Formats: sequence, C-alpha cells, structure tokens
Amino acid sequence: MIEVNHLTKRYGSHTAVEDLTFTVEKGYVYGFLGPNGAGKSTTMNILTGCLAATEGQVTIGGYDIFEEPIKAKRLVGYLPEQPPLYGGMTVQEYLSFVARAKGVPVRRLDEQLERVAAVTGVKDVAARLIRNLSKGYRQRVGIAQALLGEPEIIILDEPTVGLDPLQIVEIRQLIRDLGRERTVILSSHILSEVQAVCDRVLMIHRGCLVASGTPAELERQCAGKVTYRVTVKALPGEARAALEPVKGIVDVDAAAGEGGRTDLTVTASETGADMDERLSFALSDRHIPVLRLEREQASLENVFLALAQDAPEAAPAEEKHRRRGRRDRA
Amino acid sequence: MTAIYERELDSQLNGLTGYVYGALMLLFAGIYVMVYNLSGSPDFTSVMYSMTFIYLIAIPLLTMRAIAEERHQKTDQLLYSLPLSMAKIVLGKYLALVTVMVMPILLMALYPLVLNALATAGSMSFKSAYGAIAGYILLGLALTAIGLFVSSLMESAALAAGACFILMLLIYFMGPLTEYIPETAGASLAALAVTAGLFGLILWRLTKNGPFAGVVTLALEGALGGCWLAWPDSFRGLFAKVAGQLAVFDKFDNFAYDIFDLRAAVYFLSVAAVFLFLTVQVMERRRWAQ
Repeated sequence: MIEVNHLTKRYGSHTAVEDLTFTVEKGYVYGFLGPNGAGKSTTMNILTGCLAATEGQVTIGGYDIFEEPIKAKRLVGYLPEQPPLYGGMTVQEYLSFVARAKGVPVRRLDEQLERVAAVTGVKDVAARLIRNLSKGYRQRVGIAQALLGEPEIIILDEPTVGLDPLQIVEIRQLIRDLGRERTVILSSHILSEVQAVCDRVLMIHRGCLVASGTPAELERQCAGKVTYRVTVKALPGEARAALEPVKGIVDVDAAAGEGGRTDLTVTASETGADMDERLSFALSDRHIPVLRLEREQASLENVFLALAQDAPEAAPAEEKHRRRGRRDRA
Repeated sequence: MTAIYERELDSQLNGLTGYVYGALMLLFAGIYVMVYNLSGSPDFTSVMYSMTFIYLIAIPLLTMRAIAEERHQKTDQLLYSLPLSMAKIVLGKYLALVTVMVMPILLMALYPLVLNALATAGSMSFKSAYGAIAGYILLGLALTAIGLFVSSLMESAALAAGACFILMLLIYFMGPLTEYIPETAGASLAALAVTAGLFGLILWRLTKNGPFAGVVTLALEGALGGCWLAWPDSFRGLFAKVAGQLAVFDKFDNFAYDIFDLRAAVYFLSVAAVFLFLTVQVMERRRWAQ
C-alpha cells in the first residue's frame, strides 16, 4: 500500500528524518513508535503530502505522493497531531465540507456522513459547534474527517493524546475496528498503546528506523538478552566476585543499598530456567544470602529502551557513501 | 473547489468581518452620496472615486483571515492533505472573498437609480455612474488578490491586516510618490539594482534556498548591468515608470473621468492573476519549509 524509500527530511542543519525505508502492507494496523521528537509527525506529514521531503520517495497505492499528489491523497485519510477543525462550524457542517472537498459525490454524501458519524460516535453532537466540544469529541470529529471519502489508508498522529482513560479505551477500540477493513497507521509514544492496538510496529528513534515487526517478533529479538534484578546481603565487591565465574553473564551492575544489602542488575546472554539456578548457586556457594531474584519480563518497553540506546549516532561511513548517489529533491 | 468556496463564504458571513466590511463600505458610500449628490451634483463618479480610499481599510479587513487564520488554527494541514490542487483551494477562497467584496457594491449600484428618481441633483448619467462602479469592482478584484497574498505570508490575521494596510497605503500613494523619483538614468539603475537585491532577499526568505536565491539575484543584477552598458539612455526615468505600474489605485482615475478604460480593466485582472499565482506559490513553498 505504502512504500517509503530512503526518506530524508532536513530543516536547515537539523535532520528530522534520516534515510527511512519501510513498506506498509494492506489490512494491518501499524504503530509508529518513538519518543517525542523522533520524527513521527514529520514522517506522517510527508506521507500525507503536507510536507515535502528533502530526499527519497513515497508511493501510496502506486502513486508517488510528490508526482501525483491528488491521486495519492485520495487514498489517504489523515488526522494530524492537532485536529484541523473549524471551531465556528457545527460538526455536521464541517464533515459535510470535508466530504465535498474530498470529492464525495452528492448522492452518496448523506449516506457516508451518516455512517462515519455512527462509526465515530459523533451523531449526538452533530448539531453542536465544534468549538464547544470536549477534547474527546474533537478527536472523534478529527477521526471522522479522516474516514470521509472512504480512503483505504487511515493515518492518525497521536490519536489518544490528551484524552481521559475511558476515551482512550473507546478510541483504541475504534482503531481496532477500523483496522479490520482498512490499513491504519498510528503514531504514539506510548508503548502499551501500540502493544494493545497494532499488528505491526515501526520503531523510530532520532529520525531512523531502529526496528520493525510484530510486537511478538520484537520481543523475541530482545529475548537474546535477559535482565535479573537481584538483592543480596553482601558488599558490592563480594557479590561481583561471586558472580564472576558464572558463564553467560554479560554485565553486572552493583549498587550498595541499606543494611548491608546490595542491589544487582545482572544482564545475561543466556535464557532459560537454568540461568536462574546458576545465579542463585553461585551466590549461595559463597554463603551470600539471596533476598530477591527476579527475572525481568521482556516487553516492548525493554526492546525500545535497548534499541534507543544502541541506535547509532551517525551512520557508518560506507552507508553515507552509498547515500550520496541519491537524487536530491530540494 | 465549490466546497472551499462555500466554507470561506460561510466563515465570512458567520463571523463579523464580512458584515463589518459591508457596513464600512455602505456607511462611507452613504456619506459620500450625501456630501456630493444630495447637495446638488448629479455626478456619481466622484462618489466612487472617493470610495477608493475606503478600500485601504476594507480590503485588509476582508482578506486578513483568509489564509493566515488557517495557519494559526493549523487547519491548513487539512487543506494540504485534501485531494485538491493548491490552485483550486486558493481560487475557491479568492472567489468567496470576491463575492463578499462585491455584495455592498451591488447595493451601491442601486444608488444612481434612487438618486435619479429623487431628482434632487438633476439628471444622472447612468453610463458614467455604472462605468465607475464597474471600474471600482475591477479595482477591488486586484486589491483582494493582493490582500489574499499578504494573508498567505503571515502567521496571524492581525499581522496580515497590518501588513496589508501598509501595502495598500504604499500603493495608494505610489502615483504621487513616483513624481519625486529622480529622473536621471544613474538613479534609475541604482534603484533597480536595490530592488533586484530586495527581490533576492524575499526569494531567499520564501524558499530558504540560499544558492538558488543568490544565483537569481546575480542574474538579475547582471542583466541590469548588461542593459546599462547596451542602452544607457533607456534608463532615464525607468524606475519611475516601473514604480508607476505598481500604483494600482491610479489606474482607476480614468473610470472617474467618465471613460471605461479597457486597458485598466485588463491591468486589474492581470494584477489579480499575478497575485493569485504568487499566493499558490507561497502555499506550495510552505510545504518545503514548515
């Protein structure tokens, strides 16, 4: 559905998005995950034709967004970070305006307005002025606007920001429902949200794509490493010495706690129950009482933190050389 | 495009600006009619001639929100993501503004009939009266396009109104001002060189592309230098002539002298077309440097 090739966006000397390449397939919910300022909104703005790229190519349903913007835009419904609403219009007027601006034929206008309003739950407020609506309803109107014109792809930029927990649950359910018929891309900096809603995750950090796949795949990627939190009654040095001979330990971080205790963060390259036992035996062999031994669950959160730390500050020299040959759009 | 047109019209008529504009125009038209026609003269053209001054305030008022407000409210993102060309969006907005602009003038078009019926001022020349009204509308078409262009450059409606007013003031007094421009060829060259430099600066601000703006500026300056070497005499009074072309208001004068000036009509429509084109360019540029 969407192909993004070596997309780069620079604002002066600041690079917001660097050499982004990914493909979006039909019929999945994609989560665009990254901390604030990672380049999520910039990427979404480029995908929807609101922003021009410095370099690279974006095709939507086979149409290049820069070369054939109108055909490409017809396939996309977009909710920007701040819903583009006209406060002085009623919900009905606004949606009717957007539908006609998107070229929905008059005979299908009413039916489509009806359906979109029903799906997003804005029927009750149809006659109210948008400026008087609560944030949750505005967000719904924003999503309703994106759905008009029956686009195959829906792009939502941080759709749940600023909503209360109940509204968040409702909007997530709405997104899941949309994902059954269409391709949805949403951005978020909230991991649990992406885990709850998305079939595929694209992690972005400092404008670079650091990982992609299903949430389960990403967790597996991280499963090569496992972290234990261990509290022992010993001095940090003693604990460290005790763990030294254990095979498979990559890193031990020891911090002295209260009452002669030491908190250890042990990173091991091997997994399995075997590792837990070896740790506890190694400590008890030296007569070090183990007060706590906990294995941290691998979650998207860990994946993300690990990847964010590993993300290269600058691309390798060979990479850069290859990049130079690309056509410049500026 | 009709959707954009209707929304813009709706926002003008649902807000205050459309009505304030209309009230302003009708108030001053009434005052001028009272001063000129009800006190004896049957000449309606002088009413329209005086009314050109009211455009100075009315046009900024009418056009200030058109694009600046969209940017301010971030609704411009919707416009950018719509499957519509920027030309259609700009044209839709322009036509809506023109519709509002023309409304009070159409009401004014009744005045000559009423004045004639009252016969307080002798017989009315309908031909010259309606010629002047047509000229006034044509002038309005050009000025509205300029106002829309200024609105597209600004971040907020208030800024757009201020900048538009200053620009209107400048072109209003451009005619008289050109008389003070030195006639010598050297002065013309210097003034044109400075203008080319300013143009380059604006180009650089709009495109944020230093090398491109630099090359264009150098090319312009080079062309000026070349022309200077080839035909130094043609530079005599040239800048005054060029500046005179920008005196949009002065082109209305002939309409006030009872002449339907076809050249001026074409000029007004060309100005409108040029500024609409520039507005589209500014909007497209913004995609690059948001």
